[in-house]
Amino acid sequence: MDFTDDQLMRYSRHILLPEVGGKGQARIAQAKVFIVGAGGLGCPVGYYLAAAGVGTIALIDNDTVEMSNLQRQIAHSMQTIGMPKVESAKKTFEALNPDVNVVAIQKRISKDNILDLIRDYDIVVDGSDNFPTRYLVNDACFMARKPLVSGAILRFEGQVTTIVPGEGPCYRCLFEEPPPPGLVPSCQEAGVLGVLPGVIGGLQATEVLKLVLGKGEVLKGELLIYNALKTSFRKVKVPKNPFCALCGESPTITELTDYEQGYCSM
Amino acid sequence: MRLTINGETREDVAASTVAELLGELKIQPGRVAVEVNLTIVRKTDYGSFSLKDGDAVEIVSFVGGG
Repeated sequence: MDFTDDQLMRYSRHILLPEVGGKGQARIAQAKVFIVGAGGLGCPVGYYLAAAGVGTIALIDNDTVEMSNLQRQIAHSMQTIGMPKVESAKKTFEALNPDVNVVAIQKRISKDNILDLIRDYDIVVDGSDNFPTRYLVNDACFMARKPLVSGAILRFEGQVTTIVPGEGPCYRCLFEEPPPPGLVPSCQEAGVLGVLPGVIGGLQATEVLKLVLGKGEVLKGELLIYNALKTSFRKVKVPKNPFCALCGESPTITELTDYEQGYCSM
Repeated sequence: MRLTINGETREDVAASTVAELLGELKIQPGRVAVEVNLTIVRKTDYGSFSLKDGDAVEIVSFVGGG
């Protein structure tokens, strides 16, 4: 593809990198990334991917911007309180980079719409805030054979992993089933350090760009755990689980499930 | 017994199964996933899965926020 002078300027620090170059930047421009959640993680992931020049970024979230979001959800502002989060983020990303096509989807993701929604995208990013959605996104990505960059945060701890269908474990290989409702608190209940999603979202955006470029090593078969209080990163090797109900040797999950509402109150 | 738990060596572990280890560490089984020597231990096997001296155990918390 041909870049304009402005684009050559905008992406010059990318183009200088042998691992990216003009060819890599063109791949980034053609990439289509689907982000689940426009909150703590979705904001930095989308923001950096927009800055990087990812051609199409879809954002799905059903919520509106609230004052309590602004401590960490950096795509929103005082001016967008009350606005759908996906519209607020779209405004921010497009102001940063008009090259990017931001698709704002104000909906709740469910077993009935997820496969249609992700169909046209290359990579899915999970930045959701509840376990039913995490399992739904994992299962749908496995079925649709889409790479999934999963991130999660709580208090001072964050986790990141990249799931490549057919090439390693899935989320269920390690975490067989959602925890019982009420056992694991949400950020709303237990708090979260505002900058933590910046670290984890930055790592997720990096994983996305490596997948797009086909460079480096992604967190396949590894869960990266960040402890902000200790400033420690730990990588846990995750093997493929032969008993996994989704991708194991005798799978029992063959269709998508919406876990009961109780989980959603998390 | 000596175990390496989340990368740190502990010399004084009394537990002989995964369930007992979680009890000893006061960790609620429903909040974590457990791996022993790079094998994921299924929740239903926590009570019967024996730990041996020198085993490497990873205990990973459920984190679901975004």
